[in-house]
Amino acid sequence: MLEIRWHSRAGQGAVTGAKGLADVVSRTGKFVQAFAFYGSAKRGAAMTAYNRVDDEVILNHEKFMHPDYVLVIDPGLTYTADITAHEKETTKYIITTHLSKDELVEDQPKLKGKDVYVVDCMQISLDTIGRAIPNTPMLGALMKVSGMFDLDYFQNAMQSVLAKFPQKIIDANMAAIERAYNSVK
Amino acid sequence: MAEKMELNEVEVWDGNMAASQALRQAQIDVVAAYPITPSTPVVQNYSSFLANGYIDGEFVMVESEHAAMSGCVGASAAGGRVATATSSQGFALMAEVLYQASGMRLPIVLVVVNRALAAPLNVNGDHSDMYLGRDSGWIQLDAFNSQQAYDLTLMAFRIGEDHDIRLPVMVHQDGFITSHTAENVHPLSDDEAYEFVGEFKPLNAMLDLSKPTTYGVQTEEDWHFEHKARQHADLMTKVFGKVEEVFDAFEEKTGRKYDIVEEYMMEDAEVAIVALGSTVETTELVAKMMREEGIKAGVVSPRLFRPWPYEQIKKALSGVKAVACLDRSSPNGALGTLFNEVAASLYHVENRPVVTNYIYGLGGRDFTIDDAKKIYEELDANAKKGSPTTPLQQFVGLRGPKLSFY
Repeated sequence: MLEIRWHSRAGQGAVTGAKGLADVVSRTGKFVQAFAFYGSAKRGAAMTAYNRVDDEVILNHEKFMHPDYVLVIDPGLTYTADITAHEKETTKYIITTHLSKDELVEDQPKLKGKDVYVVDCMQISLDTIGRAIPNTPMLGALMKVSGMFDLDYFQNAMQSVLAKFPQKIIDANMAAIERAYNSVK
Repeated sequence: MAEKMELNEVEVWDGNMAASQALRQAQIDVVAAYPITPSTPVVQNYSSFLANGYIDGEFVMVESEHAAMSGCVGASAAGGRVATATSSQGFALMAEVLYQASGMRLPIVLVVVNRALAAPLNVNGDHSDMYLGRDSGWIQLDAFNSQQAYDLTLMAFRIGEDHDIRLPVMVHQDGFITSHTAENVHPLSDDEAYEFVGEFKPLNAMLDLSKPTTYGVQTEEDWHFEHKARQHADLMTKVFGKVEEVFDAFEEKTGRKYDIVEEYMMEDAEVAIVALGSTVETTELVAKMMREEGIKAGVVSPRLFRPWPYEQIKKALSGVKAVACLDRSSPNGALGTLFNEVAASLYHVENRPVVTNYIYGLGGRDFTIDDAKKIYEELDANAKKGSPTTPLQQFVGLRGPKLSFY
């Protein structure tokens, strides 16, 4: 079972990102879950979203997990949210930031010695999509770090997930995925 | 003519989307609705299907849930296929009209995305609203995941609309845990689904002007009792057979098997948890883990909550030594509902098992694998001793000092 936790602000697209990932993964015959903690979250409120992926039907509906990946799509949440909660020794962190990995770890000692990757999903989404919607670039970074799918396959699959959107938006998302894939460190 | 929707063999849908797709495929004449969290997307998706040409029927946005169910009663009495969706406070506001709908024998389908009842205000899932509906004269089916929310919504029309039944049907799913968790769902094509549900056959339609009919009469002491008794008798004698028949037909079509009471690893189980909703699946996972630790664990879950499957529950649990009934609703001054129902069902069984009650998950509080493990361990102790080793009613996952009674 692969488990992923997203840290996001309501409105940044973590739920859409988690559902998009689930959609892509389901096409390979695997079983998926994508869910979130909502409460009465208002736009901008810190929130978490989750993915589970397995080869068997997923019966577990507890919200609790020890994540394999922690995806932080809002730079501020690395500072204010408990992003290391219930971590494992092998948990990998992919964090949106304009800082280098060393600068970030120095700023946030809780990440010291952890498997941390950085990518500037905010800047990438502003440059490509024109809005601060850092979810699809984060998926590009996740593909690179996890090796789950190669870039071409993932982009193709995401195109059909995004099929209801105008071509311009699909193209912008493809560019965002590619840039994040190539720039995550 | 509505357009058909191309669906993939496997869709990743949450419970809300699953329910709205089933409603779309059933080709409903009238949906009257007033959206409320967490069932909002059911009617939101439905209205967007309609706006995009996938639905021919009427969608009526009303001013409250009371009006939503009233609109459904009117449309159903008029002679149409009718459905709506709600949760929690909305369900509570519908309560008066729920009894009207069942008393008039109107086969309305209501998707209930279970949510806690205020106060304190809470949008998350528990079974307070489901339990509030239990004496309303409706048939209540319970889905444990998104696939089942889809399947049972389709089946609900065929059960309730049958002329031998003519009763409204609720299809329950857990707020957020099911309604907002996207999972693999295998849908039927539009044609297959509609063929399964079948064309609506009106009975005593008010719009049939050649045969005038009255709904909602006043009866007082001369006839009220007879009407209520007949409704109860139909619930007690006709519904089980019809539900089985529809479950069988569905299995033949899809390969997906449903039972009035679902049993998991019960063949040789010595201890069993009885639960509803998404908890059933988490508990099944744990039952399998407990087997590795030498505890013969099983899970029993009423797929049909009303009418209460007395015989099936009795049969499922008569061989075990200890049973835990898990209630996701505050009983507010009593033992939990599942405890009361299950204990009553087992009272006349020889060598009846030890039965205990756990209150858990109120307002969306997580029910974890560890919670379920602990319950099985306590059941194991009860089974070995042959009497309760714990208080009869315990609270699980509650912060602060341990709360228990009796």
